[in-house]
Amino acid sequence: MPLLELDHVSYSYHSKSGETYAVSDISFQVEKGEFIAVTGPSGCGKSTLLSLIAGLISPNEGTIRLNGSSQYKETTNIGYMLQKDHLFEWRSVYRNVVLGLEIQHKLNETAAAHVQKMLETYGLARFADARPSELSGGMRQRAALIRTLALDPELLLLDEPFSALDFQTRLSVCDDVASILRKEKKTAILVTHDLSEAVSMADRILVLSDRPAHLHQILEIHYDKPDMTPLEKRSAPEFQKYFNLLWKELNTHG
Amino acid sequence: MDNRKTSVSHQAYLDGITRRQRRIMVIRILIFVLFLALWETAVRQKWIDGFIFSSPSRVLGTFAQMWRDRSIFLHTGITLLETLTSFLLVVLIGTGFALLLWYSTELSAVLEPYLVILNGLPKSALAPLLIVWLGANMKSIIVAGISVAIFGTILNLYTGFSETDPDEIKLIYTLKGTKKDVLTKVIIPGTVPLLISIMKVNIGLCLVGVVIGEFIGAKQGLGYLIIYGSQVFKLDWVIMSIVILCIIAMGLYAMINCAEKLYLKKR
Repeated sequence: MPLLELDHVSYSYHSKSGETYAVSDISFQVEKGEFIAVTGPSGCGKSTLLSLIAGLISPNEGTIRLNGSSQYKETTNIGYMLQKDHLFEWRSVYRNVVLGLEIQHKLNETAAAHVQKMLETYGLARFADARPSELSGGMRQRAALIRTLALDPELLLLDEPFSALDFQTRLSVCDDVASILRKEKKTAILVTHDLSEAVSMADRILVLSDRPAHLHQILEIHYDKPDMTPLEKRSAPEFQKYFNLLWKELNTHG
Repeated sequence: MDNRKTSVSHQAYLDGITRRQRRIMVIRILIFVLFLALWETAVRQKWIDGFIFSSPSRVLGTFAQMWRDRSIFLHTGITLLETLTSFLLVVLIGTGFALLLWYSTELSAVLEPYLVILNGLPKSALAPLLIVWLGANMKSIIVAGISVAIFGTILNLYTGFSETDPDEIKLIYTLKGTKKDVLTKVIIPGTVPLLISIMKVNIGLCLVGVVIGEFIGAKQGLGYLIIYGSQVFKLDWVIMSIVILCIIAMGLYAMINCAEKLYLKKR
């Protein structure tokens, strides 16, 4: 059984000036442990797709099932990383990281130990009592990731989480996140408009069309040595091939 | 900063800053002293009439005499008490009401024009009404103080609440939070700096309202002393009261500043 299953999902926004179709008839499945990238022209409804999966909004038509159930919102944690880290300046790094646990009243000793371990593993233990403003952009994004992982989510949604970073930080945070997700054995869906990011991180790439977004194509990505980090993949021979393929797809149909 | 020895040019730069600050301080004090000296001399040389314009020495004399008969403590204390009470009520009622408006967008849509009109209304126009309705007592003066500051507080705080980054709210919902979590984890802590800056304005506004109230319906307080003094031509009282009001305004502002520093250090 796939972990996540979208079945003919459509969604439209309502406003005074009319109805905007954001997502139209999208179906796909995600297996456990997969890394999916979603890409498409800007404003095509990629973020709407994540909000639908996260259960923040409900589809007008179609169903979304997690582990076979469409009533997953109450019972399952889905991690959601936004474009900006939104670490709250009035909380210390540690208190930011445990925000989700605090909200769900799950901040017990086991959870605190888990968080502590992640802070140590990902080089933030020293900054636990610091203010978010004392962290670098990359560290902030790692803290935001730990905040998401602290709730032990079944599925991770990443909504262009690197786009606010400068290029150099972006490459290294990309590597960090990829290795963290692999180590924690997480399933993830990454929304990005950066093609090289998609090609270097994902197992499969969903190409969406212009608004209303429908699924244009699914591109399978295979590297000879799949254990490479995203940065290493960027210099692998397959990278250019997939990049060009994706570029062509977007330009002919996007 | 690192611990290397400061270079000569940097030391000169730092010295320059210190000198500039000292110069500004000296000029400030000088202006004050010169003003007092000029005022005193003008009265002594009969350039202006001390009976109408008072003078620093007459103000000091009046102050000393009222200190001895303790009446100064009564008037200052009453005004201070009324100001602080109305200020506290403004903060409590204003925050509560702004939260209510944030919670119910429908209510805020309904009430918005009323709030805008009430905020724009010169509140001194209300003071005579309050005296008639509530009587010439402390209650109506406190209400007068509240009326000056409350509507602006509600509007500004509500705007602050509504301008919270929608993504920060979305974050709480992705962590399975409720509207209550949005309120306690994002909206309230996020608007504390705004609340403090609103409080800085409010404390002065409350003082204005209280003095207006005392003008019209009081038997005690600095506002009363100003009105009564002007009616019986004891202008020494009037000017002394104004000076005390200046000092109170400064003190109250400093108090909020202290609270702000404390908050910034604590968080």
